[in-house]
Amino acid sequence: MAKTFKKPEALSDQPTHYCPGCTHGVIHRLVAEVIDELGVRGRTVGVAPVGCAVLAYNYFTFDFQEAAHGRAPAGATGIKRVRPDLVVFTYQGDGDLASIGMGEIIHAANRGEKFTTIFVNNTVYGMTGGQMAPTTLQGQRTTTSPAGRDVEDVGMPIKIAELISALGTPAYIVRQAVIKPKYIVRAKKAIKKAFQYQLDGKCFSLVELVSTCPTNWGLTPVESIKWAEENMLPYYKLGEYKTPEQDEED
Amino acid sequence: MGKILMKGNEAIGEAAIKAGCLNYFAYPITPQSEVAEYLSRRMPEVGGVFLQGESEVAVGYMLFGAAGCGARVFTTSSSPGISLMSEAISYISSAQIPTVFVNIVRGGPGLGGILPSQADYFQATKGGGHGDYRLLVMAPDGVQEAVEMVMMAFPLAEKYRNPVMILGDGLIGQMMEPVEFPEHLKSEPSNKDEWATSGMDTRNSKERNLVKSLFLDSELLEAHNLALKAKYDLMKQEEIRYEPYHIDADYQVLIVSYGIISRVCRTAIDILKTEGFQAAMIRPQTLFPFPERAIEEAASKDSCKVVVSIELSMGQMVEDVERSVRGKRPVHWYGKAGGDVPTPEEIIDAIKSFITLNLMNS
Repeated sequence: MAKTFKKPEALSDQPTHYCPGCTHGVIHRLVAEVIDELGVRGRTVGVAPVGCAVLAYNYFTFDFQEAAHGRAPAGATGIKRVRPDLVVFTYQGDGDLASIGMGEIIHAANRGEKFTTIFVNNTVYGMTGGQMAPTTLQGQRTTTSPAGRDVEDVGMPIKIAELISALGTPAYIVRQAVIKPKYIVRAKKAIKKAFQYQLDGKCFSLVELVSTCPTNWGLTPVESIKWAEENMLPYYKLGEYKTPEQDEED
Repeated sequence: MGKILMKGNEAIGEAAIKAGCLNYFAYPITPQSEVAEYLSRRMPEVGGVFLQGESEVAVGYMLFGAAGCGARVFTTSSSPGISLMSEAISYISSAQIPTVFVNIVRGGPGLGGILPSQADYFQATKGGGHGDYRLLVMAPDGVQEAVEMVMMAFPLAEKYRNPVMILGDGLIGQMMEPVEFPEHLKSEPSNKDEWATSGMDTRNSKERNLVKSLFLDSELLEAHNLALKAKYDLMKQEEIRYEPYHIDADYQVLIVSYGIISRVCRTAIDILKTEGFQAAMIRPQTLFPFPERAIEEAASKDSCKVVVSIELSMGQMVEDVERSVRGKRPVHWYGKAGGDVPTPEEIIDAIKSFITLNLMNS
């Protein structure tokens, strides 16, 4: 019988440590499938964050570097500048990219560093136990905003795709979701398009992925999907925010 | 190639290129911005990579990434910038990535001043970042030695898979001296394929490489730290460098000093000699590993009455000098911490006061 579906080469056999209902597993698989389909496993270097995905490198079968919290875009800049032939991506969560790493991501995007960033947005700091993140929604309760995010005190949640798209340098910036199959299909297309831009030597790319964190949201996996659809999608709207072609047209 | 007159900062940049390092990431900070300005022009000329990062924090990790995939790379900065890079230095040390850092030290703490200083001794030799790591630290006494140490730093960093830090200061960075670039040193064959994330295809390998510093398992972390310590112990055996000055004479005073101020000490020693007073000096060229036994031996000479650590700081190296001397002789400190370099006369006065003190106490 012909094999029609299998584990990507780029994914390792190691069972992951992620929680039930965590979308990291989905995203890891999408990235691995894209790397396989583009045939670039032998020249890919991933840069892992600090967060739940700190051990991401255990689940992929290509070269990987660990970065300090927030610094992955700087590490990726170093790699891509000295070895532009390598396919380089960072994989980062809310705290890593939008809080401590805000300087690094904005400047790497603004310089147009030709690597790809996979940004996992689940509105909380997962690994450290569910503290408030720059992406925590207004009124959302977390372990450091027990009364709900008070925007009078700490401001509005940050929309990363929109923010990075405001920079002048051409880039591919897109937000999709991985919470249901119909979204996952679009997410994979976005990830593949992002890596293709890198292979074409075109621009920086960032794929923001609306994700769930059942454990720290205090919901079941199924409830989390509903919560994300009802609360995150209206604020973190899906779609392509910037393409390099649109800058050429302007 | 004969001697050419070069500004220290520019010579340091050229030395890296001569050593085959064609990748430079940096951030401007006084008194070493000229290195970046020079290399922004030179690196494209030699087909190298130049990037001004957005902060020293980011630059530290650009080095991690670039060196982690096997490239020779370095940066230059000054004290407050090195503080910002200290996190990266800890990560780089643990991940065992060869890198070269040059600190053109300025006055501190805090924003401090822009004049020369040696107050980053603790930061460089005892660790400005967290955890059990050490840097191989070298300190030139002028532009020529700075060039030689920069060129030596890359093969040393690769030999030990460790960061190497060169402590210069604002004077060395700014002054112009005749420089001769040594022949390009031959490196040992590289073992980078064993660990660098250079891409599996590049290495013709099915094994992927992982560059990391996380070891959650206590036994693995202990084993890792033991392996790091073994490297540092090897450095202590093989990489101590120092320059003695007049230690064959029957000296009363042993000076320990490094970098720019050692040159003033040398003049002070020469002047004292004309007055019939013998002093000698041990000038550490590596601050880690520190020439402990050489200092102890020199201090133990029968004629030697006191040891003086002379530094452009409030006294940091003096603690290592005390430790080296093991109580055999009194150890004093003399220095300045505002950016002014003592004159030979001020050093002579200090030395004489310590001798007087010694006579009173004996």
